[in-house]
Amino acid sequence: MSEITPETVRHLASLARILVTDEEVEKLAKELDVIVESVATVKGAVSADTPATSHPIPMSNVYREDVVKPSLSQQEALSNAPDQADGKFKVNAILDEE
Amino acid sequence: MAKAELMDFDEAIEKYEVVIGLEVHVELNTNTKMFCGCANEFGDQPNTNVCPVCLGLPGALPVVNGKAVEYSIAIGLALNCSIASDGRFARKNYFYPDLSKNFQTSQYDEPIAFEGQLEVPVASGKVYNVAIERAHMEEDAGKLSHVGGAGRIQGAEYSLVDFNRAGVPLVEIVTKPIFDSGSEAPELASAYVRQIREIVKAMDVSDARMERGNVRCDANVSLRPKGQEKLGTRTETKNVNSLRSVENAVRYEIQRQAAILAAGGEITQETRHWHEDKKYTSAGRPKSDADDYRYFPEPDLVPVQPTEELIEEIRTRLPENPASRRARLQQEWALSDNEFRDIVNSDLLDEIDSTVSLGVSAQSAKKWWTGEIARIANVEGKEISELSVTPEDVAEIEKMITDGKLNDRLAREALSGVIAGEGSVAEVVSAKGLEVVSDDGALTAAVDKALAEQPDVLEKIRAGKEQAAGAIIGSVMKEMRGQADAGRVRELILERAKS
Repeated sequence: MSEITPETVRHLASLARILVTDEEVEKLAKELDVIVESVATVKGAVSADTPATSHPIPMSNVYREDVVKPSLSQQEALSNAPDQADGKFKVNAILDEE
Repeated sequence: MAKAELMDFDEAIEKYEVVIGLEVHVELNTNTKMFCGCANEFGDQPNTNVCPVCLGLPGALPVVNGKAVEYSIAIGLALNCSIASDGRFARKNYFYPDLSKNFQTSQYDEPIAFEGQLEVPVASGKVYNVAIERAHMEEDAGKLSHVGGAGRIQGAEYSLVDFNRAGVPLVEIVTKPIFDSGSEAPELASAYVRQIREIVKAMDVSDARMERGNVRCDANVSLRPKGQEKLGTRTETKNVNSLRSVENAVRYEIQRQAAILAAGGEITQETRHWHEDKKYTSAGRPKSDADDYRYFPEPDLVPVQPTEELIEEIRTRLPENPASRRARLQQEWALSDNEFRDIVNSDLLDEIDSTVSLGVSAQSAKKWWTGEIARIANVEGKEISELSVTPEDVAEIEKMITDGKLNDRLAREALSGVIAGEGSVAEVVSAKGLEVVSDDGALTAAVDKALAEQPDVLEKIRAGKEQAAGAIIGSVMKEMRGQADAGRVRELILERAKS
């Protein structure tokens, strides 16, 4: 069962903003397909009453008090910014949406 | 961008069934952000309430703000929702510089609250039962400002990001599609948002100031020919940030879509932006139902499992719901439907309620807020909430009137001084020398002078025509530069005329 088509790879690459060549698409489609198929064997072990295992450690309701902690200074916050202006992070123009 | 063709609103309603759906984002007023201890504060210097967590620096780990969870549960309960006994956060992946993590921590298929309903009355007296699909917790994004290209995103040279707002707790409330509201759809949309705002304000879980973006609405609108079962293609008008805008934007979309459909065209599924200044929506980005955010459970946060006890405890703390509060206040204040609607529509219920609770009569409180204060706000092109006048100020002014220290004109002057930022009522009154002259000696002298100057009027009064005293009152008030109690002046005139 080949689920990963070159189209799927292109779609994922575009969602993840990764530039891929046609060659890479072909290669990745094959590799991802193998990975997906291997993971799919899990399906066989799962029944309707199997709980989700995104959080397998039985721990819940870990909360923080609503008390302000010191933040970084503006200078510290911006210290790794590739570019900045007026105390803000400067980014390239965003054209596709508002 | 040019305005689109619009169909007459009544004609559009005649031809098409309107379906609306509303998404309201409420910013919670917790002290700190959703997942870190940075201050949740509006208007601070940019990027000063940030830390590795809300800047999305590698390795930083979020921890949920327990207060924000309680507030979210409270909102869910106020909307008559069920509360999830087990819920998770999820990552909503997208690339946009307003969140530096490249994902928004949100909830996906396990919202904290679901399946609720809210009764929303409109002016006609009809009450709509709006079904709530879900209310989920998430974090706000940072604030972008665009530089160049007239500050708009199109044509901007670059953009600047302030992450102070990134990570501020949000609750997003989503309705199910609302059918059958017809010509009342625009009004219902704004009444619904108003009611959500009232609820979160009454519970004090949000500052609920729309002009600051504490409450924001995205309005989905679609039309379908009457009798057709299949839903029409919808548009989502984003970030409509005042009650007036909500109503106007929904109305505009109905008219715009109707014109397109009537001409045989197709509606593009897309986000649209409302321009309140010119009253139109413009196309944003195309939006398909298949928008792929690659949601997955947030591995860095453990599940939220509120206990029954906690939920019940929060339930007992819920304030009176706004609809019954309105009914109660209208009765207590003995106002007609019309008078009361004026108050609700101008969004002054809280101000007037606070003023009344300070001992002012409902009529007087209403008179000040919907009258002089609303007038000044209007002249200055501001919302009343932006004016620096409080219920305490109004109560103080009323008390000075009752005590005979101010008359109506002086009171208005004192009020405008307070609004102009000249100080408290007492300070303005004393700085401007506004107190009425209560010294009967000075008043009597002025009355005698006026009577002597207008002997004909004096004759009329003596002949029993008391209404003639008006002319004398006018002269005396002028003499006293308006700083006299007209009632007292009248008494003195009659007294002196007959002596």
